[in-house]
Amino acid sequence: MTASTSSRSASFPAFGRWLSRISFPWVVTIAHLSIVLLLPIAALFLRSFSVSPPEFWRIATSPVALSTYNITFTTALVAAAINCVAGTLTAWVLVRYDFPFKRVLDAVIDLPFALPTAVAGITLATVYSQTGWVGSFFAPFGIRISFTRLGVAVAMVFISVPFVVRTVQPVLQELDVALEEAAWSLGASKWQTFWRVLLPPIIPAILTGTTQAFARAVGEFGSVVLVAANIPFQDLIAPVLVFQRIEQNDMAGATVIATVLLLISLGLLIAINLFQAWGQRYSDA
Amino acid sequence: MTPNLKLSQQTTPAKRDGARDWTKIVLISGVVFYLALVLLLPTIYVFIGAFSNGFRGFVASLTSRDFTQALRLTVLAVAVAVPLNIVFGLCAAWVIARRRFPGRTLLLSIIDLPFSISPIVGGLMLVSLYGRNGVLGPLLQSWDIRIIFTFPGIALATILGGMPFVAREVIPVLEEIGTEEEEAAKTLGASGWQTFWRVTLPSIRWGLFYGVILTTARAMGEFGAIAVVSSNIIGRTQTLTLYVDGAYRNYDSQGAFAASVVLACLAALTLLLKEILERRIATPRSRKAE
Repeated sequence: MTASTSSRSASFPAFGRWLSRISFPWVVTIAHLSIVLLLPIAALFLRSFSVSPPEFWRIATSPVALSTYNITFTTALVAAAINCVAGTLTAWVLVRYDFPFKRVLDAVIDLPFALPTAVAGITLATVYSQTGWVGSFFAPFGIRISFTRLGVAVAMVFISVPFVVRTVQPVLQELDVALEEAAWSLGASKWQTFWRVLLPPIIPAILTGTTQAFARAVGEFGSVVLVAANIPFQDLIAPVLVFQRIEQNDMAGATVIATVLLLISLGLLIAINLFQAWGQRYSDA
Repeated sequence: MTPNLKLSQQTTPAKRDGARDWTKIVLISGVVFYLALVLLLPTIYVFIGAFSNGFRGFVASLTSRDFTQALRLTVLAVAVAVPLNIVFGLCAAWVIARRRFPGRTLLLSIIDLPFSISPIVGGLMLVSLYGRNGVLGPLLQSWDIRIIFTFPGIALATILGGMPFVAREVIPVLEEIGTEEEEAAKTLGASGWQTFWRVTLPSIRWGLFYGVILTTARAMGEFGAIAVVSSNIIGRTQTLTLYVDGAYRNYDSQGAFAASVVLACLAALTLLLKEILERRIATPRSRKAE
């Protein structure tokens, strides 16, 4: 930064020399990032600044928008919580036990990364519908899953399954079994061993994975738009609201809500990095 | 792990052993039940749904013009996006692993950004920059270039989603192999390119391949961002995932599932390749440990 400003004020050849010192990988990295990511982000912010601040506030806090934030975050939180518990247990089972088809089960965890979200959406909508394989078990109790908020939750759980499992698994693998045995032999109960010996070192990993799962669920579009009925105040989530605004050609509305979502994802990214740094400190100690 | 397990079995009384087995059975069946409910059943249903009108219906869906056009467009988008993301990923990984500069962690976080940005927001970002009313709109119009609603827009959206994978997988490998061999090659008179092709690339190949698989899988499945930047004209700017969405909304669920089978098979192939690669990567390390 300082080099470029000082050389521009001094002489042009100096700037050229500085430019030629930048190697090929740097040029590609900066160009690619700018064209695909950084300039588009700047453009979105610029567009949202062209909306006057009171107007921005009015759109960002309109009743529909508020209800979509509420639905998005509470449902994503529920999905992340489910995966926090189920993912930790899954990682435990995969690391500590041996059973037939374990490798297959391990590979299946990554399905949500490989399967397109649109495909996940249509198959979840069908399987969890009132006549579907799973949905028909709930229908007699008057519980509908597809095309309700429950369906949104199922889709969010589906797409975020791998995160907790894949962050906790390596940490559990590194953990020495001797540590647990030492606790046992010193007279600790099963629960004490779990709470005092096992859990503390894997907490940063669990939190990292859960936050990643939450961030992914908050931004999810493809599977949710197909599983939900997308009715405002019922099961309409924020990304789908942005999409509807674009389809209605209400670009100001879309831009404002998208900006809010972008700021939230940036905040979540910082949280994830902090949790990871915490985990790093644990492994160094 | 196995010797440890044996030890504990010998030292702990039989009663405790029984309790341990019980927890094990409950935990394993619980996890299997959960994964079956959430992941396996829905995936299996893709294949059932595709044949709901019989085998002939399945074949008819896969030979329809709309489907083949959508498949063509997806293949084209992947063919453009993946090589660009590979070149970027290698360059970014090299910069981060081999250079020390202020803002290095910031750059790493920026590369990770597409993971946490909603695809819809990503699509809208591209529209705000390259769209007709976008920041660069007047400039592009004066050059008569259209990006949004055409193929370049779809390619950009595909690049955005799969951007971080290659760099993410290559950085740790580059850091692990160190610079000794590269420096040796340089002192023996190899040029930068020769060093890269003969020394660096062979040692990072598995990590690179792994990243390529992930970015390809993501590129094939990209949906939200493309839905925003594409005009979604059937047969012209409709990718495979948009086709699945469109067919399903038009109550052609069999057609939607037939197209999904193609995507699900590619997903299964992805997982298989991943599994093979993971064993490949794991073997030398475990050998070293022994």
